[in-house]
Parts: sequence; C-alpha cells; structure tokens
Amino acid sequence: MKEIRIHGRGGQGSVTAAELLAVAAFEDGKYSQAFPSFGVERRGAPVVAFTRIDDKPIRIRSQVYEPDYVVVQDATLIDVIDVAGGIKKDGLIIINTETDTEKLKNISAKVMAVDATKIAMDVIGRPIVNTVLLGAFAGATGEIRLESIKKAVGERFSGKIGEKNVAAVDAAYKAMEAHA
Amino acid sequence: MSKLTVVEGSYAVAHAAKVCRPDVIPAYPITPQTHIVEELSQFAANGEIGACEYITVESEFSAISALIGASAAGARTYSATTSQGLALMHEVLFNASGMRLPLVMTVANRAMSAPLSIWNDHQDSIAQRDTGWIQLYAEDPQEAADMTPQVYKICEDSKIMLPAMACFDGFILTHVYEPVVLLEQDLTDEFLPPFAPEHILDPSNPKTFGAFADPSIYSEFRYMQELGMSAALKKIETVADEFNEIYGRYYGGLIDGYYLDDAEIVLVAMGSVIGTIKDVLDELRAEGKKVGLLKIRSFRPFPTDAIRNAVKNAAIIVPLDKSISIGKYEGALCTEIKASLYNTKIDIPVLGYMFGHGGRDIPPERIKKIVSEAEKAIVNGITIESSYADLREELL
Amino acid sequence: MSSKLCIGGIVEPGSTVINKTGSWRTFKPIYHHEKCIKCGICELSCPESCIIKTEDGYYEIDYDYCKGCGICSNECPRETIEMVLEEK
Repeated sequence: MKEIRIHGRGGQGSVTAAELLAVAAFEDGKYSQAFPSFGVERRGAPVVAFTRIDDKPIRIRSQVYEPDYVVVQDATLIDVIDVAGGIKKDGLIIINTETDTEKLKNISAKVMAVDATKIAMDVIGRPIVNTVLLGAFAGATGEIRLESIKKAVGERFSGKIGEKNVAAVDAAYKAMEAHA
Repeated sequence: MSKLTVVEGSYAVAHAAKVCRPDVIPAYPITPQTHIVEELSQFAANGEIGACEYITVESEFSAISALIGASAAGARTYSATTSQGLALMHEVLFNASGMRLPLVMTVANRAMSAPLSIWNDHQDSIAQRDTGWIQLYAEDPQEAADMTPQVYKICEDSKIMLPAMACFDGFILTHVYEPVVLLEQDLTDEFLPPFAPEHILDPSNPKTFGAFADPSIYSEFRYMQELGMSAALKKIETVADEFNEIYGRYYGGLIDGYYLDDAEIVLVAMGSVIGTIKDVLDELRAEGKKVGLLKIRSFRPFPTDAIRNAVKNAAIIVPLDKSISIGKYEGALCTEIKASLYNTKIDIPVLGYMFGHGGRDIPPERIKKIVSEAEKAIVNGITIESSYADLREELL
Repeated sequence: MSSKLCIGGIVEPGSTVINKTGSWRTFKPIYHHEKCIKCGICELSCPESCIIKTEDGYYEIDYDYCKGCGICSNECPRETIEMVLEEK
C-alpha cells in the first residue's frame, strides 16, 4: 500500500487533489481511498487530505501517519507544520515553491520542488495548483500513469477549464520527469 | 461483474436511496449528512426519482413529522440526519415506532454537543436506542449503500412495521472517496417490492393512527412493538441472504465474525473501525495471536442469542465503544454484552474500552495496545471493567 | 370479551358517536327563544359541537351529547340560555 498526505490551505483544493488521485489510481486498475482530515473548513486555514493506493481492497480507516509521499501545495506551510512528520525513510516530499531555498534543506526527507504556481499562471491563468501538483506527483513518483491523472482531471472539470487543467498536468509532469 | 466507481460515501448512499424509489423525502441539511440530501435534491430536481416529492422543511422536527404523515398515507419515505438533528427528532421518533410506520433514515453518526463537535462517534444514535427503531451499523460506504434497500425490506414486512436507522460513521465514511458499486435499478426492483401497507390514512376511509391508550391497553401496544423487533431478528438474516443472492454481496446478518471461531480474545465493535480492526487482526494472527472480531451489525433488535453463541468459547470479550453512558462509565456495547451473558452458563470476563469519541482517530496501534491489555487481563484478571483507551491524561 | 388491538393504535373513527355523554350533565341548558337574536355565538362556542341550527334560524341542543358545561349560556349576549338543575 502507498499512502499520500497532501498539505494545503483551505480553498486550494487539497481535498479535490486527494480525490482525483484516488480516481486516477482506480483508473490504473488499483484500489484507492481518499479522505480529508475533517477539519472545520475555512479559507486559508491549514488543511490535510489523504490518499491510499493498493492492489487489494482498502479496509483501514485511520488517518495516515507514515506516508510514502507528501505533497505541499503552499511553501509557507513549512514554517507552520512539520510536513515531513512520520514520512517513511525512502519517502518523498513534493513542494510547490519558486526556488530551491535554504528552507527546504532543513526538511529531513528527500524533497523535490516544483514551481506549480508559475505553471498554473502560465497554463491556467489562475494560481490554482492542485491539478498541477497531481501532474508533478505522477512525473516524480511514477505511481500513477499520466494518462489516468489527465482522465480524472478532465472528467472532473468540464470545457475550457478542464482542457487548461489537463494541459497544466502535462506541463508539470514533464518538468518533474526531467528532474527525476 | 458489477461496475465499481470512485465516489464519495454520501453519494453512494444517496444513490442507493434513489433506486429504492422513495415517494417523499423531507430533509434538513446538517454536517456531515448534508451531501446525502444535497445529492437527493439534485436527483429529485432532475426528475430521476419519478414523482418523488422532495420537501425542504425548516427543521429536523418538521422532517420527521412530515415523514410520519407521508408514511401513514402510504408513501415510501426517506430522510437522513445526524447528531443534534436526530436529537431534535427525539419525541417524534417514539411516535413513528408507536404508530408502526416503516420510515427509513440514514444516520451519519456524529458526536453530541456540548462541547461542540461535528466529528464522528455513536452517541447520537445510541442515545435513541429505546425509541423503538431498528438500528443497523455499516462498516464501509458499500455496506451503507447496500443497507438502504435492506432496511426497507426489513421494516416494511407486515410482521415488523417498525422504522429503521441505517447508521454509518460521519466524515470517516460519508466523506471518503473509494470504489463502490452503485446499486443497479433493475436489481433493486427485483430485490425490493413496492411498499403496500395494510393500513393507510385516506380521507375516503378515515382512520386514527396512534390513538389514545389508557392504562388497560398501553403495555400491550409496547409488547406488540417488541414482537415486531423479534420478527426483525429473523428477517435481518434472511434479507441479508436474499441481498447476497441478487447482488452478490454479504456483510453478515445480525452479526458477522472475523477469525471468530477459535478466538480467545474477542473484540466487539460496530461501524467503520471494523475495517481497521480487520487489518490489525491479519497482523496479529500472523504472529500467532488468537484474536477475533465480533461485528455487531444489528444493535436494535439486539442479537442476544447470536452473541451468546458467537462468544461462548472465548477467554475474554472486549467491547469497543464509540459511546458513553455518563454515570456508568461504559459504552452501550459493553453494557448490553454483559447483560446478554448474565443468567447463562457463560462466565467470561468482559473488558470494555471506549475510544474514538468526538472524532478522535483510531490508529492500528491503539487496537494492538487494547489486545495486549486483554492478554494481561486473561492472566491477571480484570481490575477496571471499563475505561477510555485513548484518554489524554496530560490534559487533566 | 374485548376486541383485539390493532398495531400502531390504529382505530376506525366514530367512537365519539357511540359514547353518549349527555348523562354526564348536572345542569341542562334551556333556550328562551323570545330573547334570541340568532347570532350563533352559542353554536360556535359549544366544545362538543352539539348545538344545531334549526330551519327557522334558532338553535337547539342535542341532549344526547351535551355535557352541561354551560359555556353557551355564559357566552350568549342576550342571556337566552338558562342552566337548569337536571332532574334525575
């Protein structure tokens, strides 16, 4: 089983990202489970959402304590939350940030940075990074096929918005693939 | 092979309610039940539930009152609620069961205030245990969805005619996205016959429902409700089998077991924690520990005989409760399991734990700790009959 | 022999007609039509609905059901209704 924890702020679509990961993993022929950490929803407040992916049906209902992967939608959260908390030894953290700053070096886990905000502004025209980070996740980890992510995103958002989000997924995937 | 789709638990349940073809849905939104009634209002607005009347009432008290009127008039009804909303319905819950109206309501289990909590435990439905409603508890979204046509079939039986709550854990199951088979309309039509009550409210043939009963006849009405519950004991089992034949899925009838046959330590639980416990038991069994799980599916009627039979060879029984009776310091399962074993030849210690109240997460480690405490109690005996397994002493 | 109970306390209507409550009376209302202005307040105020309008516009009482509560007599603006001790 692979466990993923997504950190974001209320309104950034962290829960949607977790759900789309679950849909995409299922598209890949796997079982999946996505759920929020059930906070009181407020725009801007720190939010956590989880996804589990496995080859067999998933029964466990507790939160994720030892993630294989962590996705951080907003680099300012690094100051507030231990984003590496509980991460497995060979785990990977994917962070949306403009540059590899000094701050990232203090994180006690393998970190990959992606400028998801720039990709979102360039491709979607708005700083909505959740779908961008799904592309980055697929590119960096290889856990989910790009096509499955694109299908899940395309089905969730209709029309032009859907097309732009799918294009952003593509761009982020390529950026990370080059990295990895 | 049925098709799996990744949907939210609430959607799976709303969809299940839809294919049961309800005639009237009076509902009032409350977290974490809201998504269910939102989905249903959308289905109704789209004309996907036939001539179903969706009533936007102004409170849960109105919702349950409208349910009673509609059901007495012969309509199949559906609603969903939770926590304070269910508590607001309290006095009318008695009217529904006393008038023998087979209402079906999904309860998205949530803690009671105060202190204010929107998160999951079982205090809301457990507090309604004596209202004469059937109560079943589901362990995952698929079971919660599948339970919906099952409870209609159970409670609309002419020998039963009692309202039913299909309970599933708020947030943990209402808000999870996972692969679920959405109930097929054709299979559901085959499984669930139309609602055809013997008595209905009809202006052209007037009747009184829930008439005045003086002391000379009151107890007899309560006894007849008890007979309805007894009939439900059998029906819950047969309906689970019929469901399995048509849809090919089974979750147990009144109870279910996991590694139960040779278990020395028997954990007893309801709801979403069942899944976590099953994962933990796989690990513990691999280590050679004889631990098993008794899943309580039907809390009302309480399956006393089935439980006695299931636990009779255990060395210790460990009920795990998401509710507390304050002043007794134990949860409902603990109290009822102990009561079920008294006056029998079964003399097995019962070690009760409460956990997961107000939405506190239940990690696998908590279950393992409880099992190791139970192992010690087998050897040393029980010193404390019931306690919180996850109390934060440092805050007290 | 008592009849069997139906589940849910579901009963046929009409039991009120069988139960003639007139025997409960101590005082019996008697109309003095010469003072009556046919306002109908007595009919409206009767809790048993046992005051009935007659063809000539006056009112009469169904003594099978009148319990002798005296509300009609109290409400009548013209003191048309006299409460008389019932002879039993």
